[in-house]
Amino acid sequence: MRVVMRTPDLLSFALRSLGGARTRTLLMLLAMSIGVASVVLLTALGEGARRYVVGEFAQLGTHLLIMLPGRSETTGGAPPLLGATPRDLTLDDAMALLRERSILRVAPLTVGNAPVSYGSREREVTVIGATADFFPIRHLTIGSGSSLPALDPGRGASVVVIGSGLRRELFGSQRALGQWVRIDDRRFRVIGILGEGGESLGQDLDDMAVIPVASAQVVFDTPSLFRVLIQARSEDDIERAKKAAREIIRERHDGEDDVTIISQDALLSTFDRILGALTYTVGGIAAISLAVAGILIMNVMLVAVSQRVAEIGLLKALGAPERQVLRLFLVESVMLAAAGAALGVLIAVAGIFVLREVFPTFPIAAPLWATPAAVGVAIVTGLVFGVLPARRAARLDPVHALSGR
Amino acid sequence: MIELTGIERDFAVGDETVHALSQVSLSLPDGDYVSVMGPSGSGKSTLLNVLGLLDRPNAGSYRLDGVETTDLPEERRAALRRNHIGFVFQAFHLVPRLSAADNIGLPMVLAGVAPDARKARVHEVLDSLDLLDRAHHRPDQLSGGQRQRVAIGRAIVMKPGVLLADEPTGNLDQHAGGEVVGLLERLNGAGITLIVVTHDPAIGRRARRRIRMVDGRIESDESGDAHT
Repeated sequence: MRVVMRTPDLLSFALRSLGGARTRTLLMLLAMSIGVASVVLLTALGEGARRYVVGEFAQLGTHLLIMLPGRSETTGGAPPLLGATPRDLTLDDAMALLRERSILRVAPLTVGNAPVSYGSREREVTVIGATADFFPIRHLTIGSGSSLPALDPGRGASVVVIGSGLRRELFGSQRALGQWVRIDDRRFRVIGILGEGGESLGQDLDDMAVIPVASAQVVFDTPSLFRVLIQARSEDDIERAKKAAREIIRERHDGEDDVTIISQDALLSTFDRILGALTYTVGGIAAISLAVAGILIMNVMLVAVSQRVAEIGLLKALGAPERQVLRLFLVESVMLAAAGAALGVLIAVAGIFVLREVFPTFPIAAPLWATPAAVGVAIVTGLVFGVLPARRAARLDPVHALSGR
Repeated sequence: MIELTGIERDFAVGDETVHALSQVSLSLPDGDYVSVMGPSGSGKSTLLNVLGLLDRPNAGSYRLDGVETTDLPEERRAALRRNHIGFVFQAFHLVPRLSAADNIGLPMVLAGVAPDARKARVHEVLDSLDLLDRAHHRPDQLSGGQRQRVAIGRAIVMKPGVLLADEPTGNLDQHAGGEVVGLLERLNGAGITLIVVTHDPAIGRRARRRIRMVDGRIESDESGDAHT
């Protein structure tokens, strides 16, 4: 004949004891809610960062493959920064890629830093040697003037498209279009200005100059390309384009497989993984505050037990077995933890709302797992840290408890 | 029916062992009215705790309604307390955040009695104690006499066979104390076994059977009408 208190009675008894000690209850709710709110908020920030980067990559261009000279030994990793280049990647290599049907556009790139001057003003900026196709591949817009002419890539031309920031710095309020600037002792005519607000992956597009790739090879005195951007015809064509591009280059390089092709997806998934791990880490750190809240719960429940010694003795005298006293106190701490968690989720939701209002461009959002995980951990914490006080209450000697000693 | 045989209860106080009860044997038939008196430290409270199954003797036998209780597990002893024994304390020990009705209903809550049955029984008890108009008052809104009546209501709500009262009038004035004793005696008249531990000779004398304890032993055990 084991007695079990009815669940509603159990809950209402616990609720009334919590209501009987308001200050203590509120403090514990506060501690627990801060813990839960920080887990949800911090992971939301991490998730926001991840979404931000993913968005940036999407801006970089669609169905994009990037070919660089040198063979990367590791697969799916970062491109080799100091990789030996056995054979140059040439313009002809790049143009040969267009043979493949699944490849829509190709943009051979040569990149370097060079001083750009107009009159007495001079700026050291990133100069990109490219072709006309570079602009649609990278989703770059022309603010005024025109893009690079669609020439034979092998032929140079003394024209330049500059970023809007560079235009401001060199020309101020003067008209830039049609003027001649010097890039490393060669003269180029400004034929176009890039649209405003181009920034991607930390590279400030406002501050660069784009000239035909053949001209850039002369300026930087290099026959090799820095990169070849390849745009596949569609999502489904990416893999085929990648394979075909590798095949074409191998053919042209005497069977030597000496280029690295990274797809944007691979790069993206790397960043995705890194930022995902970061989110977990931040969530884990925030979870420490949950553990602190748990210790607080234990502490306050221990105080509660010593304050309610007479009551516990009474419950025992009235026929409550140890198990029942244990359960009563456990229910109290779990209820506290659960209520604190609910409060914390509310705080987090409000916080995310405010952050969204303040930073509308930052895509902050709690990952799906964060809220249930935080609430779950909070309740488990309440249970675990509630055990010690509850056991102390259950083992109390009723004779001593009732005598008030 | 309560049968104690050769009960021993020792406490270790520092290096010494205190014999709170030694060789206590006692037989109380159902419906008995017993007072236990004696100086402080004579073991009368310990006796009451043993009788109430709150304390376990070191040796001896305690049979409650024929069941040997000394070797029962904690859970079974709790069940016996719940169903067979009611406690009344000097300090009332009401739960301050619960109303009079909820304090009286507490043992039934712990026993898992359904709310409807609980409500009916609490109403019955409140009625018999003349406390219906105080049902929703919290203990701090009640007088001492009313508090002790609520505590007695709580003690009898499970219809126990034995009522143990430890200085039930200790915190009350003459008038309220008299009322409480009257109530306890009325319950005894209805068949419950009443055991009262008291310092007050005036109350001790009222019992049909008077036990006097000294140094953990029963010094005298008188029955019959009180002699003044």
